Amino acid sequence: MTIATSAGSAIRAVKVRKSYGDHDVLEDVDLTVAKRTIFALLGPNGAGKTTMVRILSTLIRADSGDIRVMGHDVEIEADAVRAAIGVTGQFSAVDNLLTGKENLQLMADLEHLRRDAGRNKVAGLLERFELTDAADRLVSTYSGGMRRRLDLAMTLVGSPQLIFLDEPTTGLDPRSRRTVWQIIRELVADGVTIFLTTQYLDEADELADMVAVLDHGRIVAQGTPAELKRRIAGGHAELQFAEPIALRAAADVLPNATPDNDQLTLQVPGDGSVASLRHVLDKLHDARIDVASLSLHTPDLDDVFFAVTGRPTTADADHEQKALQS
Amino acid sequence: MSTVANTLTDSATMLRRNLKHQRRYPSLTLMLAGFPIVFLLLFVYVFGGQLGSGLDVPGATHGGRGAYLTYVVPGILIMTVASAALGTAISIATDMTQGIIDRFRTMAIARAAVLTGHVIGSLLQTLAVLVLVILVSIALGFRPTANPLEWVAALAVLGLFSFALIWLSTALGLAAKSVETASNTPMFLTLLPFLSSGFVLTATLPVGLRQFAEYQPFTSVTQTVRGLLVGGPVGSHAFAAIAWSIGIAVACYIWSIRLYDRRRAAAAS
Repeated sequence: MTIATSAGSAIRAVKVRKSYGDHDVLEDVDLTVAKRTIFALLGPNGAGKTTMVRILSTLIRADSGDIRVMGHDVEIEADAVRAAIGVTGQFSAVDNLLTGKENLQLMADLEHLRRDAGRNKVAGLLERFELTDAADRLVSTYSGGMRRRLDLAMTLVGSPQLIFLDEPTTGLDPRSRRTVWQIIRELVADGVTIFLTTQYLDEADELADMVAVLDHGRIVAQGTPAELKRRIAGGHAELQFAEPIALRAAADVLPNATPDNDQLTLQVPGDGSVASLRHVLDKLHDARIDVASLSLHTPDLDDVFFAVTGRPTTADADHEQKALQS
Repeated sequence: MSTVANTLTDSATMLRRNLKHQRRYPSLTLMLAGFPIVFLLLFVYVFGGQLGSGLDVPGATHGGRGAYLTYVVPGILIMTVASAALGTAISIATDMTQGIIDRFRTMAIARAAVLTGHVIGSLLQTLAVLVLVILVSIALGFRPTANPLEWVAALAVLGLFSFALIWLSTALGLAAKSVETASNTPMFLTLLPFLSSGFVLTATLPVGLRQFAEYQPFTSVTQTVRGLLVGGPVGSHAFAAIAWSIGIAVACYIWSIRLYDRRRAAAAS
């Protein structure tokens, strides 16, 4: 029934391998992305995310593996794949020597849109991405956020059915980040499939229907954001006390918490819900213990990593850099 | 649309992109034009008096600076073609470092379009620079005897040779790991006109060098252009010039396409 399954999926990749010299970048990666969903590939720098995107988008070839994108084999039918996809890479794929409008018009010409259809498309995208005022300025004068928006707009000129977004919000300010998220949601509402890579769990959590965690070229965890987070024990509240005696008293009331006697803090594990927090605060209130301040720590990528690999992400990045330098 | 029509449309789109780049950043074009003009002035006004006194060539009335001007202009035109080709390697290598090339590669566009856009753009740029250099030569006193048909033929030979060197430069630009390398490797192209009949009679060269000079493509092209513009034998030189040009163009076209495809496979790290 392989044929029926692959016809229904936007991406179906089986046992994808890729190595450079002795360094295995991807080892037997299996992925299935359903149409009209958002799939997030989560991982630290150098985990192999970009390599996976480049293989799926026909930029490079896998050493082995069976990969079908929108029903087409990426090697045998590369042009059919290219006609169906759009790619916004990690580094902006815009022409700095042209204006924003000329960049979009270039895409319209390469997509062979008819003259008036192309012009309408360009004007519509400039409007939608709030670039109308900057349309006739050279892209070299654009800010980082504007370039990212133009980059995404250029990807949309060809009305792709599947869009690859490689770390679409890395380096963006919070407001631009929200804008990109909003656009991604609108695209899926229009029937587009999104494959995105990210280093941020909150981004995957916010957007994705399915998440796969990539580490050292292997998928180490896969599931919905809720399923993934259930595997993570990193969520906790941190209570700060003014007096050592208060800390000790609190530690007695909350036996599963971890005290830090130097910092006068107490880490209380929890899922971050209001109910569990109220429960903790009620206990402290009943015991008449004063809490100086409180902060909430929600699970992040480090916690996911720790949970599924048993080591922190930073060591990973170092390892990867060495691999790239060699 | 058929594949051929797609290739033409996409190449035209890429050509428009490169012409816009040239128009917006004219400094490279000006540099390409400035180089041969400086050499023209240098050779005519500094070396010309001395070099011209030993000349006895068709079209030159008598020895001296004027005779040398008549002799050297075809050489300068070949030098223009060679140095303009250098610009292609630089602009190709620069383009390959831009993210937009990856975007082009993930789009269903004709495979050769990115390269042909560059090549045709450079060819038009070279022709424009050639016209400028010819006008400067005429202003300095160059008086060609060519009829309109010979003018067209001379420009056609220069254009064809330029086309060949631009494909060579394209391949060198693609083969280069960095923009700096790309601007250095084709440098030998600017040296070859000196080791031809462009600036001195090959008969005055020592034996080994003379044999090299007589059989290398720059000499055939120079002699063809010289014959067409100011008189002299053309026949066998023209044949050699055209054969060299087509040979270099075809070989370097194949080489370039291979390099472009291989970069696609290697562009991962």
